[in-house]
Formats: sequence, structure tokens, C-alpha cells
Amino acid sequence: MVSLNSYLILGAILFSIGAIGVFTQRNALIIYMCIELMLNSVNLTIIAFSRFLNNMDGHVFVFMIMTVAAAEAAVGLAIIISLFRNKATVNVDDINLSKG
Amino acid sequence: MQLLIFYILAFGAVISALLMVTSKKPVSSAMSLIATMVFLAGLYVLLDAHLIAALQLIVYAGAIMVLFLFVIMLLNVDEKEGRMAGNTILLQFGAILAIGLVFIMMVSLVKSGGTLLVFGEGADQFGTTKAVGKLLFTEYLLPFEIASVLLLAAIVGAVILAKRRIDDPDQKERIIPGHKG
Repeated sequence: MVSLNSYLILGAILFSIGAIGVFTQRNALIIYMCIELMLNSVNLTIIAFSRFLNNMDGHVFVFMIMTVAAAEAAVGLAIIISLFRNKATVNVDDINLSKG
Repeated sequence: MQLLIFYILAFGAVISALLMVTSKKPVSSAMSLIATMVFLAGLYVLLDAHLIAALQLIVYAGAIMVLFLFVIMLLNVDEKEGRMAGNTILLQFGAILAIGLVFIMMVSLVKSGGTLLVFGEGADQFGTTKAVGKLLFTEYLLPFEIASVLLLAAIVGAVILAKRRIDDPDQKERIIPGHKG
């Protein structure tokens, strides 16, 4: 039998890999993908807790997180497209329009 | 048997996540993320979350990642754009943060090792479409309806953000050089 802790440790590892990606990558698209990976690791944690507590409310939460992730991806990619149209780059180091 | 499947899926998920983070090309990064999501869908099946596993494949690996690939290929970003952070302080900070997070998590989990929750013997209805749908349409009806409003707002926002301004001739000239009309 797989223990709950195995799932939680896997979720933590995936979340940390996503966090490392957000810090090290400079491409806005890859940073967005890393954020999706972090959302996915949280989903895994919720599903694991839901199974081990024998309560299905966690599935509804994951459903809602997926909805928000889809909305976030649509709006975020639209922002990246309009940024690329104005600056012709997706490198976040070169995008400093709101810097004082 | 279940433990073996778990280790195979977990190992695959971690390896493909690492490939995604270290890759410099956005397309190979997106492909690795799709692989991670497929492995996670397998883990959801292992946790008896059948509806969520199907949604993971259809919505995440299908719809969202196709949108990502579509944008990557639409923008046609130069390969040298995908370089790593030049700022080493930022890199070190990120590494310390991430490793510290995993370390704290592991220590606290290993310390609580004596009080492991046992795998609950669920009813055979656990995680099926029928059971989750029943929950969604009774107890969580209001959040479900609000989610539809959120999606509508996201559609409108995406269209407004990404649409080309036709009334701005200067910008139009810059997007498609030499294109008249």
C-alpha cells in the first residue's frame, strides 16, 4: 500500500521543481508552464488527502482549480501575445515597462 | 504491485518535470509538461479519482497545452530567447528556496511517520463521475455557477487583450511590414 506521505513528498518535489523553474527561466512562456506544474502538484496533494480522508470534497476543489487554471492560461497567453506585439520579446528581463 | 506502479509514475513525473525546467526550447518544454501531466493522471487513477484523471488528460494535457503550443508556434520566438537567468543571485535564491521547501516538508513528514493514515476502504462509488457530479450539483452548486461566470470573464478578457487594434495604423505597420490594408 502506498502511504499518504509518499504522495505528499512527490507533491512537494514537483512544486519545488516548478518554483526553481520560475526563478531560473527567463522565457515568459516557460515561466507560465512552471506555474501550471505548481498548480498540478497542489492538485495531486488535494486528491491524495481526499482519498485518504475518504471524502470527495477534494475532487470538487480540484475541479475548480482546473477551471481557474484554464481561465488563467487563456488570459495569461493573451497578455504574452500583446506584450510580444509591443516589444517583440518574451524575455522577462527585457520587459520592464512599469519599472520606476 | 500498487507500490511499483506508484514509483514508476512518480519517477516519470519528476524526471519529465526536471526536463521541462532545464530545457531551453519552449516546444520541448511544453512536451515534457504534457508527459508530466499524463504521469499525474496515472497517479490520480491510483488514488481512485477517475473523473479527475480523465479531466486532467482532456483539459490540461489536451486543451491548455494545445493552447500553449499554439501560442509558442504563433509567436515563433527566436531560440536564443529561452536562456537561463543571467543574475546568479536570483538563481541561488531560487535553489535555496526550493531545496529548503523540500527539506522542511520531508523532515516534518518523516517525523510524523508514526501516525500514518491508513488507506481508507472507500465505497465502490468513490471518485466516479456520478458521485462527483452529484456533489457538484447539490452541495457545490453556487461555486459551480460562479465558475461559469469566471470562464465567461476570461473569454472576454482574452479576446480584448489579444485582438489587433485596427484603428491604429502605426501599430499595424509594425506587425506586418509591407502589408497594405
